[in-house]
Amino acid sequence: MHFASYSFILYILVLVPLYYLIPKKLQWMLLLVASYVFYSFAGAGYLTYILVSTISTWFAAIKIDKLKQVQEDYLNRMKKELSRAERKEYREGIKAKQRTWMLLCLILNFGILAFLKYAGHFQFGARLGLILPLGMSFYTFQSMGYLIDIYRGTYDAERNLGKLALFISFFPQLVQGPISRFNQLKETLFAQHSYDAQQMTYGMQRILWGFFKKLVVADRLLPAVKTIVTNPGEYQGAFVLVGMFFYAIQLYADFTGGIDIAIGVARLFGVHLNENFNRPYFSKSITEYWRRWHITLGAWFRDYMFYPISVSKTMMSITRKARKYLGDAVGKRVPIYIASIIVWFTTGVWHGSTWNFVVWGLLNCLVILVSQECEPLYERFHNKFDLKGRFWYRLFQVGRTFWLMSFLRTLDVYTGVGTTFRMYASVFTVWNLPELFQGGLMQLGLTIADYVVLIFAVGLMLFVSLKSRAGSISMSLNAKPMPVRYAAYFLVFIAVLVFGAYGVGYDASQFIYSQF
Amino acid sequence: MIKTLFRIVSIVLSVFILIFLQNLLKPKYMTSIHEGNLVEEYYKSSKDHDVIFIGDCEVFSNVSPITLWEKYGITSYIRGSAQQLVWQSYYLFEETLKYEKPDVVVFNVLAMKYGEPQNEAYNRLTLDGMKMSMSKIGAIKASMTEDENMITYFFPILRYHSRWSELTWEDFRYLFKKDKVSHNGYLMRVDTKPVKVVPEGRKLPSYEFGEKAWHYLEKMTQLAKDNNIELMLIKSPSIYPYWYDEWDEQIKQFAEENGLTYINFLPLAEEMGIDYSKDTYDGGLHMNLSGAEKFTAYLGEILKEKYALEDRRNDEKLAAEWQGKIAFYEWMKEHQQMELQKYGYLKSYGAAAQTIE
Repeated sequence: MHFASYSFILYILVLVPLYYLIPKKLQWMLLLVASYVFYSFAGAGYLTYILVSTISTWFAAIKIDKLKQVQEDYLNRMKKELSRAERKEYREGIKAKQRTWMLLCLILNFGILAFLKYAGHFQFGARLGLILPLGMSFYTFQSMGYLIDIYRGTYDAERNLGKLALFISFFPQLVQGPISRFNQLKETLFAQHSYDAQQMTYGMQRILWGFFKKLVVADRLLPAVKTIVTNPGEYQGAFVLVGMFFYAIQLYADFTGGIDIAIGVARLFGVHLNENFNRPYFSKSITEYWRRWHITLGAWFRDYMFYPISVSKTMMSITRKARKYLGDAVGKRVPIYIASIIVWFTTGVWHGSTWNFVVWGLLNCLVILVSQECEPLYERFHNKFDLKGRFWYRLFQVGRTFWLMSFLRTLDVYTGVGTTFRMYASVFTVWNLPELFQGGLMQLGLTIADYVVLIFAVGLMLFVSLKSRAGSISMSLNAKPMPVRYAAYFLVFIAVLVFGAYGVGYDASQFIYSQF
Repeated sequence: MIKTLFRIVSIVLSVFILIFLQNLLKPKYMTSIHEGNLVEEYYKSSKDHDVIFIGDCEVFSNVSPITLWEKYGITSYIRGSAQQLVWQSYYLFEETLKYEKPDVVVFNVLAMKYGEPQNEAYNRLTLDGMKMSMSKIGAIKASMTEDENMITYFFPILRYHSRWSELTWEDFRYLFKKDKVSHNGYLMRVDTKPVKVVPEGRKLPSYEFGEKAWHYLEKMTQLAKDNNIELMLIKSPSIYPYWYDEWDEQIKQFAEENGLTYINFLPLAEEMGIDYSKDTYDGGLHMNLSGAEKFTAYLGEILKEKYALEDRRNDEKLAAEWQGKIAFYEWMKEHQQMELQKYGYLKSYGAAAQTIE
C-alpha cells in the first residue's frame, strides 16, 4: 500500500473520522495499530524486523536510563562520602555500562540493516530471497537517533513500549521519512487532538500538492529517464544531459511529493512532522544544497556521526599529530576531512548497496572539501569583482550547483560506475545535440502532450517555489477569498485526476526514496 | 449564510464538472469497437423478450433477433459482448432478471475455455456498460485482472483520464447522446472474408475447463432453475477459435447431468446452408449478416419447437415496435452495402472490430 494508491487513500478516509470519533486517550493507540497494519501490507514478515528494532531500542534505552537513575541516586546518597575523583570514577563506570548497552543495540540494529542491504549481493542472500524491508533505512536511523539521545541524556527514555513503537513506526513517515526526533515528534504524536478544520485544510493542501508532484511530474518523466538510463549504448551525449535534467526533476518531484503527502497525512491526525526540503535547487553551493535537501537525514549524520567523530578522543589524538607533522593550518583540517569522508561514505552506503552510491557519496565529499579549500580564492574573486549581490551571478551559482548535483546524481540511475563515467565522457565526446530536436526527444516514451503537461506542471512547481520564498504559500492561499482558494484547490485536483500518470498504461511506480 | 451558499454552489458545480469530464473522457465506441456499446444499449430497449442470448461474439455476431421476429414472431435480445467471460454472462443473466423474465436463456459455451480473468480492455467492453447494481459489482469482482482496481469501474475517469490527449470530434459529438449501433444486441456486418484454411486445433496441455468457468455455469443453471427459465447451451457455428471434441464432450455431459439442451452447431453448418466462403466477414471467426440470418433461422425453428414459443407477430403493439427495429435493420443493411460499394470496406462500422474476438 504505497502513498499513490487507491487503497492508501481509502485507508486514510477510514482512519481520519475514526481517529476523531474514538476517545482521545485512545488516539495514539489507533495510530499504532494503523501503522502496523499499514506496514503489514508491505509484507507481514517485515513486522518481525521492526518489532526487533523497537523492542531492542526500548530495552536498551530503559537500561541506559535506569543506569542514569542509579547514578543519580547513588551520588546523591553518597554526596558526602565520595571524593571528587571517586565520583568521577563512578560516573565513568556507569557511562561505560551505558555505552555498552548503546553499542550492543546499535550493532544489532545497524547489523540487521547492513546484513539485509547487502545479503542480496551474495549467493546465500539471493537464495534465501533476503531483501531490505520497506522503510528499514529510515526507521533504523530514527530509532538509533533516539537511543543516542538517551545515551547523551538529551531527554528521558520512553517507558511505554507502545508509544516508542508508534514513534518508530508512525506510518506517514515510515516509508521515506522525514527522520524525526523523539522529543519533537512526541509533542503532537501522543497528544490528544480535537478536530481542527485549519489543520485538516493544511493537511489536504499538502497531500494534494504532493500527489501533483508525484503523479503529474515525477511519474510522467519516469519512462523518459528509464529509456535513457537503460539504453546507455543508444542514448549518449546530449541525451545524457537530458537524462540528468529529467532525473533531477523527477527525483525532486517524487521525493518532495512523497514528503508533502507524509506531512499532510500526519497533519490530518494533528501530528507535526519536520520539513525535509527548503527549495534545494535554489542553492548556490553544494554545501548549501545539502543543508536544504533531505534535511532530516543530513541533520542525523551531522548530529550522530560528524560531530561525535570530529570530537572523539581518537580524532583529537590524530589532530594533535597532524598539527605536529603538517602544521597548524593543515592539521586542524584533518579531523574535518576524516569525519567528512566517513560521513559521506556512510551516506552513500545508506542510499544503496552498489558501488555507484559509494562513489556518489565520496564525490560529493570531494566537491564539498575542494569548495571549502577554494573558499579564500572565491572570497578574493568576489571582493575584486563585486558580483555577489548581482542577480545574474546568483543565477549562475544556482545553475552551476544544479548541474553539478545533477551530474553526481546520475550515479543513482546507471547500472554501474563504469557506465556512468562513460556516459559522463560521452557528454564531451558525442556531439548529437541536433538529434534531440530531430525526433530524439520523441523516442523517449513521451509524446508532445506529455511535454506540454510537463512544461506547465514544472512551471507551476517553480512558481510555487519562488512564491514560497516570501513565506508560507499555504498561509497566503488561506488569506485569499474563498472562491479563489477553492478554484485553486479544484484546479490542482483536476490536474492530478486528469494529467496524473497513473492507472492502466502507466508503470505503477513506488516512491524512489522508499527503496533506499 | 453567503459562505454556506457558496459552499453548496461550489460542491454542485464541482460534481457537475467532474461528471462532465468523466463523460467526455469515456470512450464512445461510435466509430470503432462498437462492441463497447452492446451491454449499455439493453437498458434503452423495451423489456419483453421471450429469449435472451448470453455469451461472447459468437452470439452478438451470429444471431439476429430481427430474423427470429420476422420468421417466428419470437422476441429476443442478445446480452453479449466481446470475449464475454462465463461469470460476466452469469451476472448479466442475473441482472436481466431484474428487468424481465424470459422463457428461454441461450448461452453460447465458447467462453468456457477461459478459466481466469483475461484482459482489462475486454473487461471494460462488457462491464463499463452495465448499470450500477450488485450484479455489476459481482461481475467486476469476478473479472478483474491483477492490475485492476474496482474503484476505476465506479469512477471511470480514473481509468480513462489519460484519453485527454486522444479526444476526437466523436467524444464531443456523442457526449450527451449516443447513436444506436446494434439490433437488439446484434452487431451487423454485411462484408465478406471467406474462410481460407479450416483450422487444426493445436494440442493443449489440458482440455479440462477451469474451475471458475464450471462454477459460474453451475450458478447459471441454478439461476435458470430457480426462476423457472429454460437454459439452452449452444456452440455457435464459428470455426475459429477451435472448438475441441474434448470440450464438446464435457459440455454434453454437463447438459445431460443437468437436464439441459446442448447443441453444437458446427457439424450442422451444411444443413443450415452456411457457406464459409460467403457467410463470414473475417475468415471464420464471426458470421456476416447472411451467415447470421441462416443460423438464426435454423436456431429459431429449434427454439419454437423445443420450447413451444408463441408467435407474437399478431400482437399489434409489439409488431409496431418491431417494425421500427426492422426499418433500422434494413437501413443499416443498405447503408453498409452502399459503403461497401463505395469504399470497398465498411468505413463507419469499425474495421478494428475484426480484431475483436
